[in-house]
Amino acid sequence: MWIKKKPSWDTIPPSEITPYDVYLNRRQFMAAAGAGVAAAALGPSAVAAAVRRRAQEAQVGEVAFGEELRGELNDYDLITTYNNYYEFGTRKQDPAQNAGDFRPEPWSVEVSGEVHRPGRYSVEELVRPDEVEDRIYRLRCVEAWSMVVPWRGGAFRNLLTRVEPTSNAKFVAFETVYRPEEMPGQRRRVLEWPYVEGLRIDEAANELTFLATGLYGRDLPNQNGAPLRLVVPWKYGFKSIKSIVKITFTEEMPPTSWNLSAPHEYGFYANVNPEVDHPRWSQARETRLPGIRKSPTTMFNGYGEQVEHMYRGMDLTRWY
Amino acid sequence: MTGSHEPSVTPSPPEPAPRPGSARSRRRRVLLLKSAVWVACGFPLARGLYRWFLGDGLGANPLEAMILGSGLSAFVILTASLGVTPMRRITRWNDLQKVRRLLGLWAFAYALIHVSVYLWLDQGWAWGFIVEDVTERPFIVVGTLTFLLLVPLALTSTRGWIRRLGRNWVRLHWLVYPAGALGWLHYTWGQKADLRGPLIAGAILASFLGFRVWRRVVRNRAVG
Repeated sequence: MWIKKKPSWDTIPPSEITPYDVYLNRRQFMAAAGAGVAAAALGPSAVAAAVRRRAQEAQVGEVAFGEELRGELNDYDLITTYNNYYEFGTRKQDPAQNAGDFRPEPWSVEVSGEVHRPGRYSVEELVRPDEVEDRIYRLRCVEAWSMVVPWRGGAFRNLLTRVEPTSNAKFVAFETVYRPEEMPGQRRRVLEWPYVEGLRIDEAANELTFLATGLYGRDLPNQNGAPLRLVVPWKYGFKSIKSIVKITFTEEMPPTSWNLSAPHEYGFYANVNPEVDHPRWSQARETRLPGIRKSPTTMFNGYGEQVEHMYRGMDLTRWY
Repeated sequence: MTGSHEPSVTPSPPEPAPRPGSARSRRRRVLLLKSAVWVACGFPLARGLYRWFLGDGLGANPLEAMILGSGLSAFVILTASLGVTPMRRITRWNDLQKVRRLLGLWAFAYALIHVSVYLWLDQGWAWGFIVEDVTERPFIVVGTLTFLLLVPLALTSTRGWIRRLGRNWVRLHWLVYPAGALGWLHYTWGQKADLRGPLIAGAILASFLGFRVWRRVVRNRAVG
């Protein structure tokens, strides 16, 4: 499905664009207002004020991180109809079109390796309901486009305190579910299935590393990695592995899918870095969707403050 | 389509239908063929323009849609132009030759759009980035070469140039073969992991080029 074009997009200040949850709140409010007689008496300006108040409450109450990006949020339709998820096909519209048969429930994740509490965990055990928060993150794809996405989920470090990695755990390996009967992209060996990814243990424990279960306050749609996906906002999008079924703590650096596929193009770290180009294109600039203009890419996708200490003294040209 | 109330596509001419094989019937068939080429080649552009200006836009990433769409159209039409001669030999329909230049020029038009979108919208005339791309990235170098090969072919496609260049025109236009091969390489290189398209295109392109080699070998053997 294609996004409705907004011909005057560039002329609308981002702050005027209604985020989806505000839009939902507005609809709820309007429905409630419509049911009562009061709406007629209040008049449009009072309705608008109430909507605004409500939106502000939602913002204050819910979002812990990335509030300053709210004005740049991409809308729900764009986020859920344009992405890479090769398990459902290699074109950007494929995930939205082909993910309908996927069943994200029931779900469990096998935690194993260098941990004191290995076992099968439910999604609610990994991201506990009382720890759920909303975070707005920039997402920078290795293909040089970017979005701003409001995730819902929990910090990965919360999980670490529960499964208790041993002192041997130097890396965390992740694995996506393998279900060719539900994921048509897996019926062809475009990549080696199942998709695997990995982080260094300190990267996994970083405050930004997030396990998302939702998007725009709703459950994750299948095409965006339901029911549980990683979000690592200072790395290129392909590091943020989707539909996770295995989390393994290891002593050795685990293999990662794109690195296996094209080692000179995709490294293990894959930190967003405007100074280290992809062999086929520059990473110095990016296109913020749905626009067509290029803007400069920032080091670590703008999250240097939170992450750069982990890479001090490392040659990031070598460890791309 | 059964049950359709749409009028028939073929107009019924008031004059008696021309006899098959007559000069008039031949002219009509050529006209039909050329119209079909115009419609087929113009379709991607018309569709893109319609969606951008009147329809629901070019999706979440318009720039990508423009660059990939124009590049693929250029390559497909260029491949089709290389298929004209083999198809003419196989079908013995010599008038197919009359659309070869048309196809070549359409391919060039899409290549020009492709390059223009890259330079203008994608790179924003930032020459530093463009020079870096064109000199340091083999993928872009190959694309640039393909385009540069097509330029003289498009410029010398007029009757006047054909006359002026004589035998050299044929030599010059031999460049369309390396252009096709380089275009394929550029297309293939542009893929991330899915090589289905390049494999199909490569097989078609190879069969068209192989056909020429095979004919030449057979002919030489017959003469010698």
